[in-house]
Amino acid sequence: MKDNIISEMDVTTDKIKISARNVQVYYGENRAIKDVSVEIQDKTVTAFIGPSGCGKSTFLRCINRMNDTIDICRVEGDILIDGEDIYDSSVDPVQLRAKVGMVFQKPNPFPKSIYDNVAYGPRIHGLSRNKSELDDIVERALKRAAIWNEVKDRLQAPGTGLSGGQQQRLCIARAIATEPEVLLMDEPCSALDPIATAQVEELIDELRQDYSVVIVTHSMQQAARVSQKTAFFHLGNLVEYGATDKIFTSPEDPRTESYITGRIG
Amino acid sequence: MSNLLNVAPTTLLVLVILLLAVFAFVSARSRAMSLAGGDARKLHSLPNYYGYNAAMLTAIPALFVLAIWLLIQPMLVQNAVIEMIPQAAISEGSSVNLVMSDVRRVADGLDGAVQTGALTVDAAKNLTAADDVRSILAGTGVALGSDVGADVLAAAQRYRGLQSTGQWLMIAVVMVIAIGGLAVALMATTPTFRARNMVERFVLALLILAASLAILTTVGIVFSMLFESINFFKLHPWQDFFLGSKWAPNFRGDSDLSILPLLWGTIYISIIALLVAVPIGLFAAIYLSEYANSKVRAFAKPLLEILAGIPTIVYGLFALLTVGPFLVRLFGRGEDGILGLDWMTGATSVLTAGLVMGIMLIPFVSSLSDDIINAVPQSLRDGSFGLGATHSETIRQVVLPAALPGIVGAILLAASRAIGETMIVVLGAGAIARISPNPLEAMTTITTRIVSQLTGDTDFASPETLVAFALGLTLFVLTLGLNVLALYIVRKYREQYE
Repeated sequence: MKDNIISEMDVTTDKIKISARNVQVYYGENRAIKDVSVEIQDKTVTAFIGPSGCGKSTFLRCINRMNDTIDICRVEGDILIDGEDIYDSSVDPVQLRAKVGMVFQKPNPFPKSIYDNVAYGPRIHGLSRNKSELDDIVERALKRAAIWNEVKDRLQAPGTGLSGGQQQRLCIARAIATEPEVLLMDEPCSALDPIATAQVEELIDELRQDYSVVIVTHSMQQAARVSQKTAFFHLGNLVEYGATDKIFTSPEDPRTESYITGRIG
Repeated sequence: MSNLLNVAPTTLLVLVILLLAVFAFVSARSRAMSLAGGDARKLHSLPNYYGYNAAMLTAIPALFVLAIWLLIQPMLVQNAVIEMIPQAAISEGSSVNLVMSDVRRVADGLDGAVQTGALTVDAAKNLTAADDVRSILAGTGVALGSDVGADVLAAAQRYRGLQSTGQWLMIAVVMVIAIGGLAVALMATTPTFRARNMVERFVLALLILAASLAILTTVGIVFSMLFESINFFKLHPWQDFFLGSKWAPNFRGDSDLSILPLLWGTIYISIIALLVAVPIGLFAAIYLSEYANSKVRAFAKPLLEILAGIPTIVYGLFALLTVGPFLVRLFGRGEDGILGLDWMTGATSVLTAGLVMGIMLIPFVSSLSDDIINAVPQSLRDGSFGLGATHSETIRQVVLPAALPGIVGAILLAASRAIGETMIVVLGAGAIARISPNPLEAMTTITTRIVSQLTGDTDFASPETLVAFALGLTLFVLTLGLNVLALYIVRKYREQYE
């Protein structure tokens, strides 16, 4: 917990977007997240790293309550977004997810046209009054996701017909079309080739201007490249959290050092 | 022993071949082992494969030849004997085939008499027309319609001779092939021989055989119906069958045999059945696959599938005794009825049969749709939830569109089931062929008319009977078309996620 105090000192200049206090997650009897407290800044890319099964994806999915869809999953502790407890009974998880967008590990475009994929969220939440407004939202989201030039001539083609990298950028466009405040990315590049990965990373860096981005990644180079803050998870514990440069150059915890030098993982 | 030989020479032959095959297995296996010096690792294949290979080579060609022989010999013998029957021996109103069947009965009777000891072998051979063959055979339990003429007796004797020669020849040839196979297999059994690959090829042949049998049977069924249908159209104008408006079979001839009233009944009842089954089945599938927890699912799904296991005749009884009378109380009986209407008189109606058939089809729709909805990747649902969609929005806008082609396939399979259904219609819909838009009237379907045209005393030369085949063929084409369409749609769906 000592690490968290240090990180809090670092972030005092910036606004805190997400604040987690003593979060525990249980899958049935199994405790997957142990007492995690973390503060995530606005307009920052925060990377969660750690070996497989360390709980980083589970923690990520707590932030938009995606774990609610799993019957045996139980979350304790507080997670606040802009000071509001998202696990409060007055919060509608459906509304929350509109505010906290998510991009998944495997590109998962709906079996609809490219246009309909992006328009899905805005349609559900009634973000546009008419067709031309919806067209604008779709165009803006696709431009934002750096895929507009590749698909502008075939918006009615099925989204599943795109290449893997294009599909992932389409999914990012779909997520930002609902105008979320936080964007969660669960290993968004693990199914992509290096060129597509580079495109998506560039995109993540740009998205930082408007959103608070939290990215789970297995690639430490990726964490180093795209994030300003890094959190290292190990066996359900948040081991260390701080500025990315510091984590990668002078980690405080020996476990962090072992992991980034490749000795555990 | 000789008695046993006479009773079942073919069975005995098969047993001998199988014994030989077992012997081949054991000896080839031990030969392979001994050639390898007792070290199985020096063999190309495991020792058992050498055994299987030898057993196959011994049994399969021999059994194959045996089967062909058993098919062809009666034809050859008959053709040889039929020439001996002079035109004069065929009496008025008879035919050469009837005389031939007499010949066969006499021959079989004589064989039987020899076996039971009523005649010695020589006595049977030296019978003449002067002897009272009819009474001798009657003594052994073979009844003949008339006295046996000299021609028939001679033909029967020749028939017997050819049959027994053929049988001995068959036994000899089959045994030679079996022993030859055994010898070849044993000679081939060397440590480098690829017995494993041979067995593999045999397995492949077996699988191909099974697959082609299924296909050939279908082709056979189609052709038999096709030929009978052609016979029907020779006797009855096709214009009436396809374009007429009345179904009034009359066994004295001159019937109206139009498929249209039956087709109307079939389609009407099927549509009502699907109107019942599709929404209920689909909603049940959505509940079971998307909302129900595992406990409810484990309990409700088998229960729903029990519906599929109920024999259709039981559904028919349900239609006749429960649903029909209830509908009459609802829509009929004038002032005494529930609604005070007088629209329905009898319990049998299109609506009765359609409702009950719909209940029967629920598990078809729900079970298939449930599987298809489950096959929609979870990642799509997660993607939709992640965008802030509710569960029902996700189902309506993502899951169902993704599963739609598969669901359409399920519905088409249910439709072809509905079109082919017989028992519920017999009991629930009545037997009156008519084209009417009123679902409370009795109507009838293609399947039930096929049954009624073919049951009872029938003569397979009148159009009233043969029409059943034309109806059957039409039905087959209809359901085949629906199935092909369903399979095409389901296959297209499958390719979507790979």
